[in-house]
Amino acid sequence: MGNYIFKRVFYAILTLAVVITITFFLMYLIPGGPFLAEKAPSQATLDAMNAKYGLDKPLIVQFKNYIVNMLQGDFGPSIKQRGRTVVQIISSKFPVSARVGGLSVAVALLLGIPLGSFAALYRGKWIDKAINFISTFGIAVPSFVISTVLVIIFSINLKWLPTFGLTSPLHYIMPVIAIAFYPTAYISRLMRSSMLDVLGQDYMRTARAKGLSPFKQLFKHALRNAILPIVTYLGPMIAYTLTGSFVVERIFTIPGLGNEFISSITNRDYPMVMGTTIFLAAFIVLLNVVVDIVYKLVDPRIKYQ
Amino acid sequence: MQLDVSNFVPASDEEKQSLVTMRDSIGFWKDGLHRLRKNNVAMISLVVIVIVMVLAFIVPSFYPYDYKEQIRGNENLAPMGYSVKEQASIDSGDFVFPHFLGTDNLGRDLSVRIMMGSKISLLVGIIASAIIMMIGSIYGAVAGYFGGRADQIMMRIVDMIYTVPDLLIIILLIATLKYPLKDLANTNPAFAWINTVGVGLICIFIVFALLYWVGMARQIRSQILSLKEQEYVTAARALGASHARIIRKHLLKNCIGLIIVTTTLQIPSAIFTESFLSFIGLGVSAPMPSLGSLAATALGGITSYPHRLLAPSIMISLIILSFNLFGDGLRDAFDPKLKN
Repeated sequence: MGNYIFKRVFYAILTLAVVITITFFLMYLIPGGPFLAEKAPSQATLDAMNAKYGLDKPLIVQFKNYIVNMLQGDFGPSIKQRGRTVVQIISSKFPVSARVGGLSVAVALLLGIPLGSFAALYRGKWIDKAINFISTFGIAVPSFVISTVLVIIFSINLKWLPTFGLTSPLHYIMPVIAIAFYPTAYISRLMRSSMLDVLGQDYMRTARAKGLSPFKQLFKHALRNAILPIVTYLGPMIAYTLTGSFVVERIFTIPGLGNEFISSITNRDYPMVMGTTIFLAAFIVLLNVVVDIVYKLVDPRIKYQ
Repeated sequence: MQLDVSNFVPASDEEKQSLVTMRDSIGFWKDGLHRLRKNNVAMISLVVIVIVMVLAFIVPSFYPYDYKEQIRGNENLAPMGYSVKEQASIDSGDFVFPHFLGTDNLGRDLSVRIMMGSKISLLVGIIASAIIMMIGSIYGAVAGYFGGRADQIMMRIVDMIYTVPDLLIIILLIATLKYPLKDLANTNPAFAWINTVGVGLICIFIVFALLYWVGMARQIRSQILSLKEQEYVTAARALGASHARIIRKHLLKNCIGLIIVTTTLQIPSAIFTESFLSFIGLGVSAPMPSLGSLAATALGGITSYPHRLLAPSIMISLIILSFNLFGDGLRDAFDPKLKN
């Protein structure tokens, strides 16, 4: 088990290293540098700014400096938002995204698992058909379509919910629904097929023959086994939630990390792009490792590689 | 109890025949197609796909309005509305082709733009899936067939690519590759087509070729792993067939069902990614419309012109949904495990 953990962590770090290197060298493919988007400053100013931000040294030296600083927790200052460091910006924006994302994950799990289980239990009846229909629909419709439809119906026509920002609990409703729609649909499908598999197993028959109450049958035996594929889906789901936030945060003007990422790319704010990419990539990769380890703990049948 | 002797008489030949249930053996394709045809949902999705393809590829060539054509005076028309100039020509007897969905703020007809947008989305989806299919199936077949060390290394690489958060890298790649590609297009005349196609599209294709084939590779590999133990493979090897021939003629041919299904299911996710990227602004460049960018520009006028947002959104959802349902139907039809 320790060997497995070590291997997973090792590959995670290796992947991260690749991502960091790719990101760094990609940013420097962009011609013009970060200062030429505004009115072209004089050459002297340009030289001074380049020297200040270390942009005039050879690429490899810049790379080395960056890595050394990064390992000490310094991602550099933001070039476009003068006076704030990258770490400051990330630490102010990430909690916002985390709140919305965390709520979405919770909603997806709390809704998807019961829906899928019901669809499996009442297979063939109309509730199964209804849940199937909604979930097929849910995995096809992109998140920005859902957000925009929600905004049209609930903000503009009915005027029940506010559109922009994140100041009251009401503000959370639509973004969370928009992000959680796809995972909920996916999880309910996954849960349904997994539950169908489990319910057909012999040990469920034994439980019923033993006279266990349906409640105990369901929770003690069926659910525990059926939930395993959902655990494998947790990793991709978190990645999806993070990337889904790019679009949803834009539409609902939420001051989160996704919105910041897109803006900093269009603004060519190199340190910000690098910092955000590394942060998001590290987050996803590490969470994947955690999920893998949890899965191995939960299902002892899996052989360690 | 009355026992009827005639019930115990040995059965005649005709009666024996009625108990024998034998179906004529049908080929793999006919069987699958037959099952597919019985699947109503899949058939309806197929019809929808065909309609969308006709709308996207054929109709714009015959449409009286061009997607780029900005007609002054026609701005911001409502669906089926006419501008002052057009109203005047209708009154004087000419026929003006109606704007079914109105026009946008530059006077361009919206329906033809949506059709062009669907064409772009479909093209991206199909070409990207074709790329993924080629790279993924060859990679997976080679890894599965040779096994051992080569397989281990290839699968390690697949795992690493799988872990990389792809959307992040796509966005990064598109944002950065734009410039060198534009330079290439402007300096070298052989690459001038880059400008017409749009740099964003090329980046999308490059990224798909680099990152998205891993799912297909994994599936093909596991299929090949089970197929390569079959006797005909041993026979072929004994007869001296080269590795390439075995992979090509025997193994991959038997994977065709899986390849078709996976590719069909890959198309909607490619379209999804493309519309997502266009929505953020990193996809095709103006004036070429994409369903995602149409939705993005319509976001600003959401209160006054909701139809501008609803139309491309419904179109994308329809395309993705029908491909998903059709792919599901294909999988149900051609999956031998479900044979009853």
